[in-house]
Amino acid sequence: MFDFLHVLHLHDATVRSVLFGSLLIGATGGVLGSFAVLRRRSLMGDALAHAALPGVALAFLWTGSKSLPVLISGATCTGVLGVLLIQFITTRTRIKADAAIGIVLTVFFGIGIVLLTHIQRSLVGNQAGLDKFLFGQAASMVEDDVRVMSVMSLLIIVVVLLLYKEFKALIFDPKFLQSLGYSLQRVDLALMGLIVLTVMVGLQAVGVVLIAAMLITPAVAARFWTERLHVMVVLAAFIGGLSGASGTFLSAQAPRVPTGPVMVLVATGLFVLSGLLAPRRGLLARWRRQRSNVLRERRHHFLRALVVLQERSDNAPRFRVDELVQELGWERRRVAGEARRLRRLHLVDCRDGHVQATAQGLAEGTFVVKSHRLWEHYLVYRDIVNADHVDRPADEVEHLLTPDILERLEEILQRDHGIDTERVVDIHGRGSQYRPAGRERNEVGT
Amino acid sequence: MTDAGWIILTGVLAATSCALLGTFLVLRKMSLLGDALSHAVLPGIAIAFFLSDSRAILPMFIGAAVFGLLTTLLVEAFHRRWAVPEDASIGIVFTALFALGVVLISVYAGQVDLDQECVLYGEIAYTPFDTLLWDNQEYGPRPVWILSGVLIFNLLFVGLLYKELTLASFDPGLSLSVGVSATLIHYLLMGAVSITTVASFESVGAILVVAMLIVPGASAYLWSDRLPRILGLAVIFGAVSAVAGYYLAGLWNSSIAGAIVVVLGVIFGVSVLVAPRQGLFAKLLQRGRLSIQVAQDHILLGMVRQVETSADQTWRLRDALGLASVHPWMARQAMRLLRRKGLVALEADATVDLTADGRRQGLQLLRGHRLWETYLNQLGLPQDHVHGPADAVEHYLDQSLRQEIGGLVADVGLDPQGKRIPDDSQNH
Repeated sequence: MFDFLHVLHLHDATVRSVLFGSLLIGATGGVLGSFAVLRRRSLMGDALAHAALPGVALAFLWTGSKSLPVLISGATCTGVLGVLLIQFITTRTRIKADAAIGIVLTVFFGIGIVLLTHIQRSLVGNQAGLDKFLFGQAASMVEDDVRVMSVMSLLIIVVVLLLYKEFKALIFDPKFLQSLGYSLQRVDLALMGLIVLTVMVGLQAVGVVLIAAMLITPAVAARFWTERLHVMVVLAAFIGGLSGASGTFLSAQAPRVPTGPVMVLVATGLFVLSGLLAPRRGLLARWRRQRSNVLRERRHHFLRALVVLQERSDNAPRFRVDELVQELGWERRRVAGEARRLRRLHLVDCRDGHVQATAQGLAEGTFVVKSHRLWEHYLVYRDIVNADHVDRPADEVEHLLTPDILERLEEILQRDHGIDTERVVDIHGRGSQYRPAGRERNEVGT
Repeated sequence: MTDAGWIILTGVLAATSCALLGTFLVLRKMSLLGDALSHAVLPGIAIAFFLSDSRAILPMFIGAAVFGLLTTLLVEAFHRRWAVPEDASIGIVFTALFALGVVLISVYAGQVDLDQECVLYGEIAYTPFDTLLWDNQEYGPRPVWILSGVLIFNLLFVGLLYKELTLASFDPGLSLSVGVSATLIHYLLMGAVSITTVASFESVGAILVVAMLIVPGASAYLWSDRLPRILGLAVIFGAVSAVAGYYLAGLWNSSIAGAIVVVLGVIFGVSVLVAPRQGLFAKLLQRGRLSIQVAQDHILLGMVRQVETSADQTWRLRDALGLASVHPWMARQAMRLLRRKGLVALEADATVDLTADGRRQGLQLLRGHRLWETYLNQLGLPQDHVHGPADAVEHYLDQSLRQEIGGLVADVGLDPQGKRIPDDSQNH
């Protein structure tokens, strides 16, 4: 075990503190990102980070210091200036938000590059290290940096906890927040301020180009798993922290690789996993749901066909596969396959080439047939759909009706239209009570 | 040609190629997709680099086009299938692909001459040393050839698909109904953007190229409403920024690409301020003119009201200016204009008087004001609520509108406050 730790450099206090730092960054990013994404401000973080670059360079040029608080202060100034400019451009000119973000982001970044290259080429000496802000190098954090970042992260999270209700209302029901006497702008400003701080905290480790991902990706990944905000925030913090720590850890194994991109790739991996595996919104869950819908529809059609055949042949209970093929319009193989599947579910019996519904299957089939027919009657008698067009909508609805809906339907049809719902037949079929007014009756079978 | 000449030419070619396509990105409100694209082609470039083991341009174009398409598809897919908000979807895709590109490049950093700085801001200053050798003959810098090709391609693209691009940009519905698939145009445009990004990559890097795409088009959009003019201006802005950026970079001892972007930023800033009609100055000027116009009306109205109630028709200049209730400077401008139009006369003892014309015009304004009050009152607005709206509308009621309202309101003798509505002088 000791050897293992040794290989991973975890015995080293510096490495441990760096790891702790990036874990904090990821977690804070996840928390604030949840609010940013839900408030549709995802790319604000991106603009902010890019706009922070000239601030870093200017702070260094003016003070000559590379201490983190100094650089972060500079970054915050230009970052906020950038966000204000975006707001100014979108409200005062006809340039739309997307172009405004793009313009501010790239122009500020351009200014930053001019300053950085100027510093690199003109000044001799201790300028190295500023370019760490481009892609982020967690390993360049010293313990003091980590301490500063921890304090800031803690501060951010405490403020979020204090303003949690306000932020929640801001996202989901701004009008309600207003009616309570809050100023929307002020709450929004508070949120933006926290996002600014979060970006600045992560700048050194993740870099200006990619820090947007630490806000967006964990939050969106967490969103897949839950519909509740507080769960999402906690999950996003967890995913962000995991990406931060494991990104730092992985990039420490290959020193040439900057930390930011690795963190982002881990976060993206977790995002994709969430999108695939999440219980209700995930792709697999959705596939499974779709599949079960298809199977249910197939089962209904099969049992319905048995009931209809039985009606038509004066209660003969057993039918050849051929007859079912003709009634269902399916391929023979599918009919046989479905028969086997339903036999396993004890809904039909198959014996020497004949299929017979069990009592249970017959009940379900009857229910489906009744649903279909009552729905047809309802649509026609209520003048919702013309009689020639009711088959299709009824086909779709028959799978969805529940016993209590059916009961209400029966009640309505009996009460308002005097239909004998116990012996209801296909609306176009023989013995139907329905007579279209002033028109030839249409012979359309089910 | 001198080295400086080649560098400037490269910059101009890159900037104009980008400006041409970027204008459509801005107009279609897809600037951020352009931003995402130029980040996301990085892994394509890196993979092409490793596979072909050279900087051959064709594999790079293919790699970029593949990843450009992948970006567009992924952004769409996350947005549509996974219900991720569109901006978040863009954010996720481009950061992920860019991160992948950076990791690939840094892992293989020793083996290729592609480094992280190059990714960010390229190195246009190396252009002259990268000559195209063919048959032991030098044919000028390689980037110049590549970018010329891309520029020609983009010119052809925009020229041949001009109508389709315009239609798909401004009215996707109509576009589809006349048989131009907006989706196809969308993907073609994204493909062209990817290729342009790659061609500009060596010179200006993957991030600054976004500025070249978006900023010229956005600036030009402030100057004109007509697409051909917007395109022309965007190209000019691009070219100017490339030339000016080169010299500024020399002055600042900094990255040329960065300086080009700074110049683009200045061009955009200047456009925001001084563009005709859309510029802030133009808007301020327009607002000022309107205020002075309103002030003139208020002065006339105030003086005419006085005529109504008292025999004394003269005003001290100071009081007359006060009628306008705007900044004194504006009030003086308004008074100056009124005098010039012969509506008021300034007497020697600092008093003002309405001329016959001024009196007539003032009465017409008053008529408009009171007619509107009456109209609103008869529509059911209580009489203590009609003055405000009438005050705002009076300036826009001309002869024909007054006549129309006069016809609409019943019993036009008195306004809701019981004051007389002046006659329509035109009828007398």
